[in-house]
Amino acid sequence: MDIVLQTSNLSKNYSGIRALNNLNIALPSGKIIGLLGPNGSGKTTLIKLIAGLLTPTEGSIEVCGVPVGPETKSMISYLPDRVYFNQSQTVEQLLNYFQDFYADFDRQRAVSMLSMLRIPMNVKFKTLSKGAREKVQLALVMSRRAKLYLLDEPIAGVDPAARDFILHTIVTNYDPTATVLISTHLIADVEPVLDEFLFINMGQIICLGSVDDMRDKTGKTLDELFREVFKCLPSL
Amino acid sequence: MVWKFSDGRPVYVQIMEHIQTAVLTGIFPPGSKIPSVRELAADAKVNPNTMQHALQELEQSMLLITQGTLGRFVTQDSAVIDAARNKLLHNLTQECIKKYAALGISPEQAANLLLECGKREA
Repeated sequence: MDIVLQTSNLSKNYSGIRALNNLNIALPSGKIIGLLGPNGSGKTTLIKLIAGLLTPTEGSIEVCGVPVGPETKSMISYLPDRVYFNQSQTVEQLLNYFQDFYADFDRQRAVSMLSMLRIPMNVKFKTLSKGAREKVQLALVMSRRAKLYLLDEPIAGVDPAARDFILHTIVTNYDPTATVLISTHLIADVEPVLDEFLFINMGQIICLGSVDDMRDKTGKTLDELFREVFKCLPSL
Repeated sequence: MVWKFSDGRPVYVQIMEHIQTAVLTGIFPPGSKIPSVRELAADAKVNPNTMQHALQELEQSMLLITQGTLGRFVTQDSAVIDAARNKLLHNLTQECIKKYAALGISPEQAANLLLECGKREA
């Protein structure tokens, strides 16, 4: 099994505050992996470093053996936690934009996803509801044939039916040579879809492994384990 | 098919039970071809790797048979299907016994409750 993502001694400081501390992870291909942690644990920082939007303070990151840089942008399909599109463009124009920008963009796939989600092509992005905007972003990101998908909170703002559709999209889009890294708080929703999980807290990996092995060993769901590990309230 | 993964047991084990139940209730009758890994994974909204794992386990237990490139089929061997049915019933019964025991009900008392309930339903 090939390694899609490798970080070595990866650290990131924000003006003296350590957001990530000496991370060493290797993610294999063909997996759907949950990046899970409480607010402010470093999930988005890690994803942005992999996407090449931030530079590490120390250490290095390789995607398919290539150091993060212009070349890895073509291998990574990144769904940010906020909108970066030109919001006065129509959905159709955004499709054109993706097609111009990414050689691996499968327009047909995006069109069919958007029609299943009943999103009109000729309206301006900014006139869409928050949920519809998220759906458009995800449809565009998942329509690329990338090696590594980085999805930062892909289901947070959409209704449960659309959530099902998004998970369905992730599962049916599955490619044995690609890996999907999903960061989310909605663990119960994504749990059946995940192969592996990474728990991150205070910039460090505190627990990782196969979801089914963990269930086998502990008899707990990932959601239960998360609530236990990151417990904020004393128990009865 | 309605798939539900509620408890903390491995998802592949719960998928196996769903498929066993589907075979025993006639959704996938003996000798029928079952959908592909991708189709099943999409329907169940689970990871295709997990679905693959469950199907391989079911092949090991002989309930499913792979016929080359034709796909996966439910066995026609009634002994295997009966064994699967017995196992499922056994597990169900054990679970019931545990739940009754937690309420202080013995298996004998539980059996009487079952009979009474059954009469009322009929």
